[in-house]
Amino acid sequence: MKIEILGVGCPKCKQLTANAEAAVKELNIQAEIGKVTDIDKITEYGVMMTPALAVDGTVVSAGKVLSKDEIKKLISK
Amino acid sequence: MAENNCMCQEAGVLIFPCSGGSDVGELSDKVARKMAKCGQAKMFCLAGIGAHIPGMIESAKAANKIIAIDGCQVLCSKKILEHAGFSPISFNLKDLGFEKGKTQVNEENIEKAANKISGGKIEKTTIRDSGGCCGN
Repeated sequence: MKIEILGVGCPKCKQLTANAEAAVKELNIQAEIGKVTDIDKITEYGVMMTPALAVDGTVVSAGKVLSKDEIKKLISK
Repeated sequence: MAENNCMCQEAGVLIFPCSGGSDVGELSDKVARKMAKCGQAKMFCLAGIGAHIPGMIESAKAANKIIAIDGCQVLCSKKILEHAGFSPISFNLKDLGFEKGKTQVNEENIEKAANKISGGKIEKTTIRDSGGCCGN
């Protein structure tokens, strides 16, 4: 599984990254967590509000800092 | 790092004009752009919602309020948004007195429609230093 955090690197993006890392750890799954900070690349995803979260190339959330539990629900679907 | 380019600000009010091919479709587009320029709302891409681009849909979900502006009673913008699961506040320019095929797309009508939609918040003097806003 590939999880991407889309955002230019502000505190909200960092918090979302930390929450995603915690969710992956708790679920004990294999996942690669990456960051997309380039605005052009973020826009290519159609994202207009950050931070956003993409799972295996599909944006599943934008414009909010999901909690660890919300991320767990999304990635265990 | 890149603070000025941060896209993390609150989504606020998003506005989706139908931007249709008729005079009132064009008016809807220009009204939305005027409202965006004046800081009343952020203009968003209805085409991206219609295409079900996940990033666009998820970004729109972050909005506090979604406004659809349609030129006529076909209400394409409202219906596209509803099809994507949103419940927009809908404005039909026909209900605001703009008749399809009989409407001039000029500054007077753009301002008149924008004022009706925004509840009179669009003023000629708003955001002067941004240049070209609100009739300036």
